[in-house]
Amino acid sequence: MSSLTQEYITEKLQSKFEGAIQSIEMLHDFLTITVDKSSLKSLMQFLHDDELLNFHFLTTLCGLHFPDQPAQFGMMYQLHNMPANYRIRIKSFTNDSEPVFETMSDIWPAANWQERETYDFFGYRFHGHPDMRRILNMDSLVGWPLRKEFPLEDPFRGDKDDKMFGR
Amino acid sequence: MSENNQKLEGFEGPGFLATSLGKAVGMARKNSIWPLPFATSCCGIEFMATMASTYDFGRFGSERLSFSPRQADLLMVMGTISKKMGPVLRQVYEQMAEPKWVIAVGACASTGGIFDTYSVLQGIDRIIPVDVYVPGCPPRPEQIIDGVLKIQDLVQNESLRRRNSPEYQELLASYGIE
Repeated sequence: MSSLTQEYITEKLQSKFEGAIQSIEMLHDFLTITVDKSSLKSLMQFLHDDELLNFHFLTTLCGLHFPDQPAQFGMMYQLHNMPANYRIRIKSFTNDSEPVFETMSDIWPAANWQERETYDFFGYRFHGHPDMRRILNMDSLVGWPLRKEFPLEDPFRGDKDDKMFGR
Repeated sequence: MSENNQKLEGFEGPGFLATSLGKAVGMARKNSIWPLPFATSCCGIEFMATMASTYDFGRFGSERLSFSPRQADLLMVMGTISKKMGPVLRQVYEQMAEPKWVIAVGACASTGGIFDTYSVLQGIDRIIPVDVYVPGCPPRPEQIIDGVLKIQDLVQNESLRRRNSPEYQELLASYGIE
């Protein structure tokens, strides 16, 4: 079995997606690549399809929200090449007021529910997703709970007196 | 708890007791409550201990749990109820036949507990009327038994016609339950 290395992946991606890659860095032994949103889907497809890269397993994906960044809304994907036991993390950011990312559910079916979860908590839509609706929260919920501006505590609770709770 | 074992009042003689129908029915109901456990988290585990041999809930005439709301007298809500679960709990309550009682076991069922957050119902009394609240996180089996004995007091002493009273109708109407 050939083993993947950081140099190999970096070189291969940079030759194919030159200009689209914003940064490649090692974060705590984890190769992390930030890519333009417009090239995200094709890069993910390449990582999956390429015979040597062979990232056939989607470990997880989730939304990101950094209100202080210029591009505040983001997505994060973790991929795993099991034969080579190599993991990689892909990030992509946007500042659209209503972010729409390409769905990954046609590459990895595992993305289906996780993208619904991301929609549920961050409000990002996924273009091409077969069933884009809330999955965990009640359907009547207004807002996106994991965005930083969302109030965590139940605003309808009247018995929590600031004097008593030291807030 | 002391009131719980009170003797039935009435005219007593050797081998007989004459009392009002309401009191006799109350006594019968009180000692044959069929509880419906609606257990969603750790309070439910305490309830399992309550049912098991050491605490033996069956001593109080509640040996038989009803897992159909249609046959249950007492809805025991034990655990965190998320807002998504709310309509389910409400439907279970609506399916129960009168007379019915509700006990909220533990901090979460009573007030939402530590889960002061957008996804958790801040006490089941926001969607259904509650008769007895049992504090604790989770409460010990003794506390759950004490709560059920409080329910028994209500069952024993409540007027047979209370469920037809305007106050009761108003209470249900305030929750939007017909």
